[in-house]
Amino acid sequence: MAKVLVVTSGKGGVGKTTSTAALGAALATSGKNVVLIDFDVGLRNLDLVMGAERRVVYDLINVVQGDAKLAQALIRDKRVPTLSLLPASQTRDKDALSDEGVSRVIAELKEKFDWVICDSPAGIERGATLAMRHADVAIVVTNPEVSSVRDSDRIIGLLDSKTERAENGERVEKHLLLTRFDAVRASRGEMLNVEDVLEILSIPLIGIIPESSEVLRASNLGSPITLNNPASAAARAYFEAAKRLNGEALEVTVPGDRKGLFGKLFGRRAA
Amino acid sequence: MKLINFFKRPSTAPVARERLQILLAHERAVSGKSDLIAILQEEIMAVIAKHFPVDQEGIKIKMERGEVVSTLEVEVEIPTPMCPSFPLPAKRATPVQGDVSELDGAEDDTEMARTGT
Repeated sequence: MAKVLVVTSGKGGVGKTTSTAALGAALATSGKNVVLIDFDVGLRNLDLVMGAERRVVYDLINVVQGDAKLAQALIRDKRVPTLSLLPASQTRDKDALSDEGVSRVIAELKEKFDWVICDSPAGIERGATLAMRHADVAIVVTNPEVSSVRDSDRIIGLLDSKTERAENGERVEKHLLLTRFDAVRASRGEMLNVEDVLEILSIPLIGIIPESSEVLRASNLGSPITLNNPASAAARAYFEAAKRLNGEALEVTVPGDRKGLFGKLFGRRAA
Repeated sequence: MKLINFFKRPSTAPVARERLQILLAHERAVSGKSDLIAILQEEIMAVIAKHFPVDQEGIKIKMERGEVVSTLEVEVEIPTPMCPSFPLPAKRATPVQGDVSELDGAEDDTEMARTGT
Protein backbone atom coordinates (compact mmCIF):
# COMPACT_ATOMS: atom_id res chain seq x y z
CA MET A 1 0.00 0.00 0.00
CA ALA A 2 1.49 3.32 -1.10
CA LYS A 3 2.15 5.94 1.54
CA VAL A 4 2.08 9.69 1.06
CA LEU A 5 4.73 11.50 3.08
CA VAL A 6 4.94 15.27 3.44
CA VAL A 7 8.22 16.93 4.41
CA THR A 8 7.26 20.21 6.04
CA SER A 9 8.47 22.76 8.59
CA GLY A 10 6.75 26.14 8.44
CA LYS A 11 10.06 27.95 8.51
CA GLY A 12 12.20 28.21 5.38
CA GLY A 13 15.80 27.13 5.09
CA VAL A 14 15.72 24.40 7.72
CA GLY A 15 16.40 21.58 5.24
CA LYS A 16 13.09 20.38 3.80
CA THR A 17 14.35 19.98 0.24
CA THR A 18 17.71 18.53 1.32
CA SER A 19 15.89 16.05 3.54
CA THR A 20 13.34 15.17 0.85
CA ALA A 21 16.16 14.36 -1.58
CA ALA A 22 18.24 12.45 0.98
CA LEU A 23 15.34 10.39 2.37
CA GLY A 24 13.89 9.74 -1.07
CA ALA A 25 17.21 8.44 -2.36
CA ALA A 26 17.71 6.35 0.79
CA LEU A 27 14.26 4.76 0.45
CA ALA A 28 14.81 4.16 -3.28
CA THR A 29 18.18 2.44 -2.75
CA SER A 30 16.45 0.10 -0.30
CA GLY A 31 14.39 -1.11 -3.28
CA LYS A 32 11.23 0.97 -2.83
CA ASN A 33 9.64 2.81 -5.72
CA VAL A 34 9.79 6.46 -4.74
CA VAL A 35 8.52 9.65 -6.32
CA LEU A 36 9.40 13.11 -5.05
CA ILE A 37 6.97 15.96 -5.77
CA ASP A 38 8.08 19.57 -5.49
CA PHE A 39 5.16 21.68 -4.25
CA ASP A 40 7.15 24.91 -4.13
CA VAL A 41 5.57 26.50 -7.19
CA GLY A 42 7.52 29.53 -8.38
CA LEU A 43 10.55 28.71 -6.21
CA ARG A 44 11.33 25.17 -7.25
CA ASN A 45 14.62 23.77 -6.04
CA LEU A 46 14.21 20.04 -5.63
CA ASP A 47 15.21 19.60 -9.28
CA LEU A 48 18.44 21.48 -8.59
CA VAL A 49 19.27 19.56 -5.41
CA MET A 50 18.58 16.32 -7.31
CA GLY A 51 20.75 17.41 -10.24
CA ALA A 52 17.84 17.19 -12.68
CA GLU A 53 17.40 20.90 -13.46
CA ARG A 54 18.28 20.47 -17.14
CA ARG A 55 15.87 17.59 -17.63
CA VAL A 56 12.66 19.42 -16.67
CA VAL A 57 10.21 19.53 -19.58
CA TYR A 58 6.76 19.35 -17.98
CA ASP A 59 5.86 20.05 -14.38
CA LEU A 60 3.23 19.44 -11.70
CA ILE A 61 0.99 22.26 -12.95
CA ASN A 62 1.07 20.94 -16.52
CA VAL A 63 -0.10 17.56 -15.20
CA VAL A 64 -2.70 19.04 -12.82
CA GLN A 65 -4.17 21.11 -15.66
CA GLY A 66 -4.13 18.20 -18.07
CA ASP A 67 -1.57 19.73 -20.47
CA ALA A 68 0.82 16.83 -20.00
CA LYS A 69 0.53 13.21 -18.97
CA LEU A 70 2.09 12.11 -15.72
CA ALA A 71 4.53 9.85 -17.55
CA GLN A 72 5.75 12.82 -19.61
CA ALA A 73 6.46 14.95 -16.54
CA LEU A 74 8.14 12.36 -14.34
CA ILE A 75 11.94 12.49 -14.41
CA ARG A 76 13.62 9.21 -13.59
CA ASP A 77 16.83 9.50 -11.61
CA LYS A 78 19.93 8.46 -13.55
CA ARG A 79 21.65 7.00 -10.48
CA VAL A 80 18.77 5.13 -8.82
CA PRO A 81 16.22 3.70 -11.29
CA THR A 82 13.48 3.38 -8.64
CA LEU A 83 13.60 7.10 -7.88
CA SER A 84 11.52 9.66 -9.81
CA LEU A 85 10.89 13.39 -9.56
CA LEU A 86 7.84 15.47 -10.41
CA PRO A 87 9.14 19.07 -10.55
CA ALA A 88 7.24 22.22 -9.67
CA SER A 89 6.63 24.99 -12.16
CA GLN A 90 9.06 27.88 -11.95
CA THR A 91 6.96 30.38 -13.88
CA ARG A 92 3.36 29.72 -12.95
CA ASP A 93 1.43 30.83 -9.90
CA LYS A 94 0.53 28.36 -7.16
CA ASP A 95 -3.14 29.27 -7.66
CA ALA A 96 -2.95 27.20 -10.84
CA LEU A 97 -2.93 24.12 -8.59
CA SER A 98 -6.51 23.00 -8.04
CA ASP A 99 -7.48 20.79 -5.11
CA GLU A 100 -9.11 18.26 -7.42
CA GLY A 101 -6.14 18.25 -9.80
CA VAL A 102 -3.67 17.58 -7.00
CA SER A 103 -5.91 14.83 -5.58
CA ARG A 104 -6.04 13.17 -8.99
CA VAL A 105 -2.25 13.31 -9.48
CA ILE A 106 -1.56 11.92 -6.01
CA ALA A 107 -4.06 9.09 -6.53
CA GLU A 108 -2.39 8.21 -9.82
CA LEU A 109 1.09 8.27 -8.26
CA LYS A 110 -0.08 6.03 -5.40
CA GLU A 111 -0.85 3.32 -7.93
CA LYS A 112 2.68 3.39 -9.35
CA PHE A 113 4.90 4.03 -6.32
CA ASP A 114 5.46 2.78 -2.76
CA TRP A 115 6.30 6.23 -1.42
CA VAL A 116 4.95 9.56 -2.65
CA ILE A 117 7.06 12.24 -0.95
CA CYS A 118 5.76 15.82 -1.06
CA ASP A 119 8.34 18.57 -0.54
CA SER A 120 6.35 21.40 1.02
CA PRO A 121 7.05 25.09 0.46
CA ALA A 122 7.80 27.18 3.56
CA GLY A 123 4.96 29.07 5.20
CA ILE A 124 1.44 28.08 6.17
CA GLU A 125 -0.31 29.34 3.04
CA ARG A 126 -2.08 27.35 0.37
CA GLY A 127 1.06 25.76 -1.10
CA ALA A 128 1.96 24.26 2.26
CA THR A 129 -1.56 23.10 3.07
CA LEU A 130 -1.91 21.55 -0.42
CA ALA A 131 1.36 19.65 0.07
CA MET A 132 0.16 18.17 3.38
CA ARG A 133 -3.45 17.64 2.30
CA HIS A 134 -3.19 13.95 1.34
CA ALA A 135 -0.40 12.92 3.70
CA ASP A 136 -0.49 9.69 5.68
CA VAL A 137 2.85 10.46 7.30
CA ALA A 138 4.53 13.81 8.01
CA ILE A 139 8.13 14.64 8.71
CA VAL A 140 8.48 17.96 10.52
CA VAL A 141 11.97 19.29 9.84
CA THR A 142 13.20 21.42 12.73
CA ASN A 143 16.45 23.19 13.60
CA PRO A 144 17.38 23.45 17.28
CA GLU A 145 16.59 27.15 17.26
CA VAL A 146 13.65 29.14 18.68
CA SER A 147 12.01 30.38 15.48
CA SER A 148 12.16 26.98 13.82
CA VAL A 149 10.66 25.24 16.87
CA ARG A 150 7.85 27.78 17.08
CA ASP A 151 6.99 27.39 13.38
CA SER A 152 7.11 23.60 13.68
CA ASP A 153 4.57 23.82 16.49
CA ARG A 154 2.29 25.78 14.18
CA ILE A 155 2.70 23.23 11.37
CA ILE A 156 1.91 20.36 13.76
CA GLY A 157 -1.35 22.18 14.54
CA LEU A 158 -2.15 22.37 10.80
CA LEU A 159 -1.34 18.66 10.32
CA ASP A 160 -3.95 17.96 13.00
CA SER A 161 -6.61 20.14 11.40
CA LYS A 162 -6.11 20.86 7.68
CA THR A 163 -5.30 17.42 6.28
CA GLU A 164 -7.72 14.97 4.70
CA ARG A 165 -7.00 12.50 7.49
CA ALA A 166 -7.72 15.06 10.20
CA GLU A 167 -11.00 15.96 8.53
CA ASN A 168 -11.98 12.28 8.46
CA GLY A 169 -11.22 11.94 12.16
CA GLU A 170 -7.98 10.03 11.51
CA ARG A 171 -4.46 11.02 12.46
CA VAL A 172 -1.47 11.87 10.33
CA GLU A 173 1.56 10.00 11.66
CA LYS A 174 3.96 12.80 12.64
CA HIS A 175 7.72 12.54 13.09
CA LEU A 176 10.33 15.05 14.08
CA LEU A 177 13.54 15.29 12.07
CA LEU A 178 16.04 17.47 13.88
CA THR A 179 18.51 18.92 11.39
CA ARG A 180 21.71 20.96 11.68
CA PHE A 181 22.23 19.62 15.18
CA ASP A 182 25.57 20.29 16.85
CA ALA A 183 26.06 17.90 19.76
CA VAL A 184 29.04 19.81 21.14
CA ARG A 185 27.24 23.15 21.23
CA ALA A 186 24.15 21.53 22.74
CA SER A 187 26.26 19.94 25.49
CA ARG A 188 27.71 23.39 26.28
CA GLY A 189 24.23 24.84 26.66
CA GLU A 190 24.62 27.02 23.57
CA MET A 191 21.96 25.21 21.57
CA LEU A 192 18.63 23.63 22.46
CA ASN A 193 19.26 19.95 23.08
CA VAL A 194 17.27 17.05 21.67
CA GLU A 195 15.29 16.57 24.85
CA ASP A 196 14.25 20.25 24.96
CA VAL A 197 12.87 20.15 21.42
CA LEU A 198 11.11 16.82 21.97
CA GLU A 199 9.56 18.03 25.18
CA ILE A 200 8.26 21.21 23.55
CA LEU A 201 6.93 19.67 20.33
CA SER A 202 5.97 16.27 21.80
CA ILE A 203 6.05 14.26 18.59
CA PRO A 204 8.28 11.18 18.17
CA LEU A 205 11.80 11.60 16.84
CA ILE A 206 12.73 9.94 13.54
CA GLY A 207 16.29 11.18 13.24
CA ILE A 208 18.95 13.68 14.20
CA ILE A 209 20.98 15.05 11.30
CA PRO A 210 24.26 16.53 12.50
CA GLU A 211 25.47 19.85 11.12
CA SER A 212 27.83 18.79 8.35
CA SER A 213 29.80 20.43 5.57
CA GLU A 214 29.02 17.34 3.47
CA VAL A 215 25.41 18.52 3.05
CA LEU A 216 26.48 21.63 1.15
CA ARG A 217 29.03 19.68 -0.88
CA ALA A 218 26.28 17.31 -2.02
CA SER A 219 23.88 20.09 -2.99
CA ASN A 220 26.68 21.87 -4.88
CA LEU A 221 26.99 18.75 -7.00
CA GLY A 222 23.24 18.15 -7.40
CA SER A 223 23.30 14.85 -5.61
CA PRO A 224 21.38 13.78 -2.49
CA ILE A 225 23.85 13.32 0.37
CA THR A 226 22.75 9.69 0.77
CA LEU A 227 24.08 9.05 -2.77
CA ASN A 228 26.97 11.50 -2.83
CA ASN A 229 28.60 10.46 0.42
CA PRO A 230 26.71 7.55 1.97
CA ALA A 231 29.38 7.04 4.63
CA SER A 232 29.11 10.57 6.05
CA ALA A 233 27.49 11.02 9.45
CA ALA A 234 24.60 13.03 7.98
CA ALA A 235 23.91 10.41 5.29
CA ARG A 236 23.99 7.60 7.85
CA ALA A 237 21.42 9.49 9.91
CA TYR A 238 19.17 9.83 6.84
CA PHE A 239 19.54 6.11 6.04
CA GLU A 240 18.50 5.27 9.60
CA ALA A 241 15.52 7.64 9.39
CA ALA A 242 14.48 5.94 6.12
CA LYS A 243 14.62 2.55 7.85
CA ARG A 244 12.38 3.85 10.62
CA LEU A 245 9.94 5.11 7.97
CA ASN A 246 9.86 1.55 6.66
CA GLY A 247 8.86 0.38 10.11
CA GLU A 248 12.18 -0.76 11.56
CA ALA A 249 12.52 -0.09 15.29
CA LEU A 250 15.97 1.48 15.51
CA GLU A 251 17.18 3.59 18.39
CA VAL A 252 17.80 7.23 17.39
CA THR A 253 21.37 8.35 17.94
CA VAL A 254 23.44 11.37 17.04
CA PRO A 255 25.73 10.01 14.35
CA GLY A 256 29.39 10.97 14.49
CA ASP A 257 32.30 10.51 16.82
CA ARG A 258 30.29 10.98 19.97
CA LYS A 259 27.76 8.39 18.95
CA GLY A 260 28.24 6.14 21.98
CA LEU A 261 27.87 8.86 24.58
CA PHE A 262 25.03 10.69 22.92
CA GLY A 263 23.29 7.50 22.03
CA LYS A 264 23.13 6.76 25.73
CA LEU A 265 22.07 10.25 26.70
CA PHE A 266 19.54 11.00 24.00
CA GLY A 267 18.65 7.57 22.70
CA ARG A 268 15.02 7.47 21.67
CA ARG A 269 12.87 4.88 20.05
CA ALA A 270 10.88 6.03 17.08
CA ALA A 271 7.19 5.49 17.78
CA MET B 1 33.85 32.53 40.75
CA LYS B 2 34.17 35.64 38.65
CA LEU B 3 37.16 34.14 36.94
CA ILE B 4 35.20 30.98 36.07
CA ASN B 5 32.35 33.09 34.67
CA PHE B 6 34.85 35.06 32.64
CA PHE B 7 36.04 31.93 30.87
CA LYS B 8 32.72 30.12 30.72
CA ARG B 9 30.00 31.95 28.84
CA PRO B 10 26.56 31.55 30.42
CA SER B 11 24.43 28.93 28.69
CA THR B 12 21.59 30.38 26.66
CA ALA B 13 19.72 27.19 25.69
CA PRO B 14 17.70 27.04 28.96
CA VAL B 15 16.49 30.59 28.27
CA ALA B 16 15.44 29.56 24.77
CA ARG B 17 13.56 26.57 26.16
CA GLU B 18 11.74 28.62 28.76
CA ARG B 19 10.76 31.36 26.30
CA LEU B 20 9.41 28.79 23.87
CA GLN B 21 7.43 26.97 26.53
CA ILE B 22 5.70 30.16 27.65
CA LEU B 23 5.09 31.42 24.12
CA LEU B 24 3.73 28.15 22.76
CA ALA B 25 1.42 27.58 25.72
CA HIS B 26 -0.14 30.95 24.82
CA GLU B 27 -0.18 30.37 21.04
CA ARG B 28 -1.77 26.93 21.34
CA ALA B 29 -4.59 28.43 23.41
CA VAL B 30 -5.17 31.13 20.81
CA SER B 31 -5.00 28.89 17.74
CA GLY B 32 -7.87 26.83 19.14
CA LYS B 33 -9.99 29.93 18.62
CA SER B 34 -8.99 30.48 15.00
CA ASP B 35 -12.10 28.61 13.85
CA LEU B 36 -14.20 31.20 15.65
CA ILE B 37 -12.47 33.93 13.65
CA ALA B 38 -13.23 32.08 10.42
CA ILE B 39 -16.90 31.71 11.36
CA LEU B 40 -17.10 35.39 12.34
CA GLN B 41 -15.48 36.39 9.06
CA GLU B 42 -18.02 34.42 7.06
CA GLU B 43 -21.03 35.72 8.98
CA ILE B 44 -19.93 39.37 9.04
CA MET B 45 -19.20 39.06 5.33
CA ALA B 46 -22.71 37.79 4.63
CA VAL B 47 -24.28 40.75 6.45
CA ILE B 48 -22.12 43.34 4.69
CA ALA B 49 -22.58 41.73 1.30
CA LYS B 50 -26.31 42.44 1.58
CA HIS B 51 -25.57 46.15 1.37
CA PHE B 52 -22.22 46.56 -0.35
CA PRO B 53 -20.41 44.71 -3.08
CA VAL B 54 -17.35 43.44 -1.20
CA ASP B 55 -15.15 40.48 -1.96
CA GLN B 56 -13.85 37.79 0.37
CA GLU B 57 -10.32 39.23 0.35
CA GLY B 58 -11.54 42.66 1.44
CA ILE B 59 -12.26 41.75 5.05
CA LYS B 60 -9.72 41.37 7.83
CA ILE B 61 -10.58 40.14 11.28
CA LYS B 62 -8.14 40.16 14.16
CA MET B 63 -8.60 39.24 17.78
CA GLU B 64 -6.15 40.44 20.40
CA ARG B 65 -6.28 39.15 23.90
CA GLY B 66 -5.63 41.51 26.76
CA GLU B 67 -5.67 40.84 30.48
CA VAL B 68 -8.82 42.85 31.21
CA VAL B 69 -10.49 43.15 27.81
CA SER B 70 -9.81 41.66 24.42
CA THR B 71 -10.36 43.51 21.19
CA LEU B 72 -11.97 42.27 18.05
CA GLU B 73 -10.82 44.28 15.06
CA VAL B 74 -12.84 44.14 11.88
CA GLU B 75 -11.58 45.92 8.79
CA VAL B 76 -13.74 45.92 5.69
CA GLU B 77 -12.65 47.30 2.35
CA ILE B 78 -15.54 48.76 0.38
CA PRO B 79 -14.96 49.98 -3.17
CA THR B 80 -15.22 53.78 -3.37
CA PRO B 81 -18.38 55.01 -5.13
CA MET B 82 -16.25 57.58 -7.04
CA CYS B 83 -14.97 54.69 -9.07
CA PRO B 84 -17.15 54.46 -12.22
CA SER B 85 -17.28 50.67 -12.07
CA PHE B 86 -18.77 50.71 -8.59
CA PRO B 87 -22.10 48.92 -8.78
CA LEU B 88 -24.37 50.68 -6.33
CA PRO B 89 -26.88 48.80 -4.24
CA ALA B 90 -30.42 49.10 -5.55
CA LYS B 91 -31.61 51.40 -2.75
CA ARG B 92 -28.97 54.02 -3.57
CA ALA B 93 -29.52 54.26 -7.25
CA THR B 94 -28.72 58.01 -7.44
CA PRO B 95 -25.42 58.80 -5.75
CA VAL B 96 -25.05 62.30 -4.34
CA GLN B 97 -22.11 63.93 -2.61
CA GLY B 98 -23.62 63.25 0.81
CA ASP B 99 -23.63 59.54 0.13
CA VAL B 100 -19.92 59.46 -0.42
CA SER B 101 -19.03 60.99 2.92
CA GLU B 102 -21.62 58.83 4.59
CA LEU B 103 -19.99 55.73 3.15
CA ASP B 104 -16.55 56.86 4.25
CA GLY B 105 -17.86 57.45 7.75
CA ALA B 106 -19.50 54.06 7.82
CA GLU B 107 -16.20 52.42 6.92
CA ASP B 108 -14.47 54.09 9.85
CA ASP B 109 -17.17 52.95 12.20
CA THR B 110 -16.85 49.33 11.22
CA GLU B 111 -13.10 49.35 11.62
CA MET B 112 -13.10 48.55 15.27
CA ALA B 113 -15.57 46.98 17.56
CA ARG B 114 -14.91 45.98 21.13
CA THR B 115 -16.03 42.90 22.91
CA GLY B 116 -15.36 41.57 26.35
CA THR B 117 -13.87 38.11 26.74
